[in-house]
Amino acid sequence: MTDVLTPVLTRNWADDRAWTREAYEAQGGYQALRMALDTVQREGGPDELIEQVKDAGLRGRGGAGFPTGMKWGFIPQDNPKPKYLVVNADESEPGTCKDIPLMMASPHTLVEGVIISCLAIRAETAFIYVRGEVLHVVRRLRAAAREAYEAGYLGENVLGTGKRVDLVIHAGAGAYICGEETALLDSLEGRRGQPRLRPPFPAVEGLYACPTVINNVESIASVPSIVSGGVPWFTGMGTEKSKGYTIYSLSGHVRRPGQYEAPLGITLRELLDLGGGMREGSEVKFWTPGGSSTPILSAEHLDVPLDYEAVAAAGSMLGTKALQVFDQTTSVVRCVLRWTEFYKHESCGKCTPCREGTWWMTQVLQRLDAGAGRDGDIELLLDLCDNILGRSFCALGDGATSPITSAIQYFRNEFEAGMRTPSWELFPPERSVAWASPVGDEAAEVTEGARA
Amino acid sequence: MSTEISSETVAELQELMARYPQPRSALLPMLHLLQAVEGHVTTDGIELCAELLDISAAEVSGVATFYTMYKKHPVGTHHVGVCTNTLCAVMGGDAIFDRLCTHLDVGNDETTADGAVTLERIECNAACDFAPVVMVNWEFFDQQTPDSAVELVDALRSGQDVVSPRGATVTSWREAERVLAGFEDGRVDEGPAAAGPSLVGLEIARDRAWSAPSAKGGEDS
Repeated sequence: MTDVLTPVLTRNWADDRAWTREAYEAQGGYQALRMALDTVQREGGPDELIEQVKDAGLRGRGGAGFPTGMKWGFIPQDNPKPKYLVVNADESEPGTCKDIPLMMASPHTLVEGVIISCLAIRAETAFIYVRGEVLHVVRRLRAAAREAYEAGYLGENVLGTGKRVDLVIHAGAGAYICGEETALLDSLEGRRGQPRLRPPFPAVEGLYACPTVINNVESIASVPSIVSGGVPWFTGMGTEKSKGYTIYSLSGHVRRPGQYEAPLGITLRELLDLGGGMREGSEVKFWTPGGSSTPILSAEHLDVPLDYEAVAAAGSMLGTKALQVFDQTTSVVRCVLRWTEFYKHESCGKCTPCREGTWWMTQVLQRLDAGAGRDGDIELLLDLCDNILGRSFCALGDGATSPITSAIQYFRNEFEAGMRTPSWELFPPERSVAWASPVGDEAAEVTEGARA
Repeated sequence: MSTEISSETVAELQELMARYPQPRSALLPMLHLLQAVEGHVTTDGIELCAELLDISAAEVSGVATFYTMYKKHPVGTHHVGVCTNTLCAVMGGDAIFDRLCTHLDVGNDETTADGAVTLERIECNAACDFAPVVMVNWEFFDQQTPDSAVELVDALRSGQDVVSPRGATVTSWREAERVLAGFEDGRVDEGPAAAGPSLVGLEIARDRAWSAPSAKGGEDS
């Protein structure tokens, strides 16, 4: 049996100065790169690396779960244009908080993954597009790239093999939409971050209209372990169609929020049990399996295996494995309103359903939150969602409907209560805060004192 | 408004352009650098970018107004962002933001009278396991309360040294913008690799002697 938790990417995070090349090499770092270079120079060549990642069944860890090796295979190698690798490090999906600690603690894991992935797809230039709002992570990435150049892992002659790989660390400037891969490409070209029409897909015409692979941080960071551990090792973890290990991010009203690295298929109940469950006096009311764009689930879903298939069968999506857990003190209407305000704020304005729809939905939800909902508001929300889902230009609009439709499905009575009673009367916010007890009166006192 | 942008800055902007296969890719870093130099995105800065990249000022302006990190008005010495996205808001972010507004006598995206602090509501900053989160010049300040946030901004206003629990000693918003633009500041080795919730799973695994299977010879446990 595989152990319940399987630290691979997180394994060195507690090491002294784990972010340095010296520390990374001391625990075996950059050995996978040497193995990959051997593979590339043998008969199978770079295609063998692509096959390894395909056979491992690695699926994109940024939300969509698309097979990484297949994405690499779409790059037309007979196209004479340069090929590019772009790492999507624009981690901004509400609830998602795995890539930032990874790049902070062990940026060389990602850099090694970048170099190997470039060898596989025959790219000579890679970019890490990291969101701008994480200063120390940007420092760690820049230093790691510099150290990798100094050691000859990056540059015009990678470890003397004649292979060239250059890496640019690129900080964004605050726009959730740039996590959408084609918007990211426009942003990386120095434009407003708005998504592009597909086809052509980025594999054919991506950055500068050249063949481009865009992968999430965790996906690329997983590549060295597949190369050094081997396909059977990786596929020995996880479930039938969701192979390997991954990082689950637990947050909210739980006793021990944090990063838990486990084989795909662990359940929320198991994760909660590991960390001592919910906070004192607290029970699960609703949770997101993979960020705010994945439909919420409820206490009846605690035993759903957290892999791509089972979460989909339960009516949601595994997404980024961002498990935001809310207890009985929390107003679902308040949460859905806040998420909707987020999508409204982040809508890029390119397509009408998303640009207009998120504003309309926010207005209706503000009424319901304030206890001033009108007859037919719930139906109006569902109708708006129906007109956005599948009709917006990219997944942002689709994602904006997820919290609304799923919350109405499971907690319709709270929306009905919003016709008469404000959310803050039904669920006093001071009972939900981190420093409060969900049952005691001391909570109210603390918050009152804080406001005085 | 017409501050002279120095030739050193122009040279650094050109250095950023040279890092990319196509120079326009440097526009976001260039705007970060100009914020470091000028304190916000100015008309002069926009026109300079347009000239260097051989695109129209309208195109540069279109980019500068799209991204929330670019500021059209001068920012205080320190930028304080309070996450009020759903999870942080519920965990206390709303109470923290309200308290700071009262304490600093400012609203969202406003600067204190002494010019020390600009307060802003921010969206999810990818640290939900540390909720509620406050960012100072884009450094993490984790697990905040209204009281701790007041202490934090008071320390910033009085010029005391403030250190991020998962980052470096806080400098200024402008110095941070320079790093984001692409110039290292020598503070990379400050702070831990990881802390608190980032290490929870790893600590539980170590306590119970759990690990991933060994690579060679299958499972080892």
